[in-house]
Amino acid sequence: MTNDAQPAPGAGSAFKPVRPNATGPVSLSSGWSLARFARRSEAGALVGTVGMFIFFAIFGGKDFLAVGGVASWLNVASELGIVALPVGLLMIAGELDLSVGSVLAGSSVTCAIVSGYYNAPPAVGVLAGLALGALTGFINGLIVSRTRVASFVVTLATNFGLIGLTLGLSRAITGSTSVAIQPDTPDKDIFGYLIGGKFEIAVVWWVVIALVVAWLLQESKYGNWIFAIGGDLESARTTGIPVAKVKISLFVASGLGAALVGVIQTMLYNGAQVTSGQSFVFNSIIAVVVGGVLLTGGYGSPFGIMLGTLTFAIVSQGIYYTSWNSDWSSLILGLLLLAAVLMNNTFRKMALADRRRTRAGKG
Amino acid sequence: MNAEPILRLSNITKSFGGTHVLLDISLEVAPGSVLCLLGDNGAGKSTLIKVMSGVHQPSSGTIEVNGEKVKFASPRDAQGYGISTVHQTGGTFALMTIGRSFFVGLEPTRGWGPFKRFDKQTAGAIAVQEMKALGITRVTDGNQLVGGLSGGERQSLAIGRAVFFGAKILILDEPTAALGVKEAAHVLRIITQAKARGVAVIFVTHNVRHAMTVGDRFAVLIHGAKADDFRKGERTAAQLTDLMAGGEAMAELEAELEEYAARED
Repeated sequence: MTNDAQPAPGAGSAFKPVRPNATGPVSLSSGWSLARFARRSEAGALVGTVGMFIFFAIFGGKDFLAVGGVASWLNVASELGIVALPVGLLMIAGELDLSVGSVLAGSSVTCAIVSGYYNAPPAVGVLAGLALGALTGFINGLIVSRTRVASFVVTLATNFGLIGLTLGLSRAITGSTSVAIQPDTPDKDIFGYLIGGKFEIAVVWWVVIALVVAWLLQESKYGNWIFAIGGDLESARTTGIPVAKVKISLFVASGLGAALVGVIQTMLYNGAQVTSGQSFVFNSIIAVVVGGVLLTGGYGSPFGIMLGTLTFAIVSQGIYYTSWNSDWSSLILGLLLLAAVLMNNTFRKMALADRRRTRAGKG
Repeated sequence: MNAEPILRLSNITKSFGGTHVLLDISLEVAPGSVLCLLGDNGAGKSTLIKVMSGVHQPSSGTIEVNGEKVKFASPRDAQGYGISTVHQTGGTFALMTIGRSFFVGLEPTRGWGPFKRFDKQTAGAIAVQEMKALGITRVTDGNQLVGGLSGGERQSLAIGRAVFFGAKILILDEPTAALGVKEAAHVLRIITQAKARGVAVIFVTHNVRHAMTVGDRFAVLIHGAKADDFRKGERTAAQLTDLMAGGEAMAELEAELEEYAARED
């Protein structure tokens, strides 16, 4: 230890040289510690969320912190979060899904046409919308795992194909691209209820889905398979994991998440939302990356993804509570994304260097 | 050493599009012994490994496990016969914990029905214990990331996993190639330990010294054919090196060098 030998200039007798590694091995062997948490990528995500919250609490004033203000970013977060959680699982497994935008719009229009235009029971429209999402995900997964073409291109293609199909069929059937629907209870309550007149019921959906995803990834054996597939595809394959099945399931989950938000929007706004979908494509990726998921796959957590989603929502809504033009929120998000990618890289290196540092300390 | 072979290859030929990559290879390995498969780059070692581990099916020839003729449809199939392959990188997952990585695809679970949990504590404890059994004492926490381990420790983790899950035939693909001297020595010790536990080890390498240290039987591949097959002590290291480099080519080179030396004088 070089520290021991160094005099402490000007520190007086109260100064005691610190051994940076003295507590290292102890904190490593105990289950949870602050030091260990600080080395996880979620720590960076938490700093981002808290930092942005404080920033807009200062510059956004009272309205940002009032119930209406909280509802505005929580609503945005919940809709984005329902999409981002399964997309995040896919990214941990090393794949991307850019088709969520059209799935969202397609499921919304499908639901409205079936139950609004043709007056089928709302439950049928909801199921049709969700089925569209599951089917698109299944096709994505099948093509990706059969052809091994990059999911980036495959899902980009389905995103374009599906929005064309949605707009074309909607115009052909109803003569327009905006289809109205008058949902009754209980369907309106399940998908489009406003708690206290302000908070979307989607918040509840988001939390429930997050719990399920967290359990799946961290507590079940399937989570281990997802980490392995994203970590090293060939090694995962040789261990006998059904790689194709896992990937197809994840694409289906991603399609279902986007379709659910499509249904929620349809029920909430009493009509199909064709154009709102596309923003979810990149927003979900921003949320996931800001949440600490590695772009290369193999690492990430649902808690981190939730934090990334919250950060995105706070920035994109918080800006309206400041005196600045809302254009500036995109700049902040861009910088946050860049910072997150760089930080994730650093966290990864630190995590991998754990052992060597401890060894150097002993030597 | 006189035990019946657990794995026997007879007249294995593998061709891709009419080109023979492997030609008429016959090999056998007995439980509790180390067969070293030597050869230069491109000699067909990797293809032979793939045939033995079920990735490729041979074009002709037979594979027997415990005297019974078998055909491997997939790596999973070969694993079912107790054949386990560990690759140079260890086939482990850098960003996973030691416990998680050790049990990928074979996770121990706790609980009931759809609420079965992956028992990470047991997984970590077993992984640490198995590594300890192979002489790795520095690793005490199953929650540590695999990426923080050294190359030799990662090999031990992979070999420990294979042995723990009942590998009877362990194929090690260049396990020492990327390692320093000390780490390589450790992996060689682990090979000896696996052998002592009754595992049949097929040690693939192009390092003659490493092979001579642990091998009981040796086979040398040149251009997809078996050039030599002998027992421990029947050849010297120099003979073996010459053979691997393709004896004649080496002799020619030496003659040429002598000629140059003579001219300069």
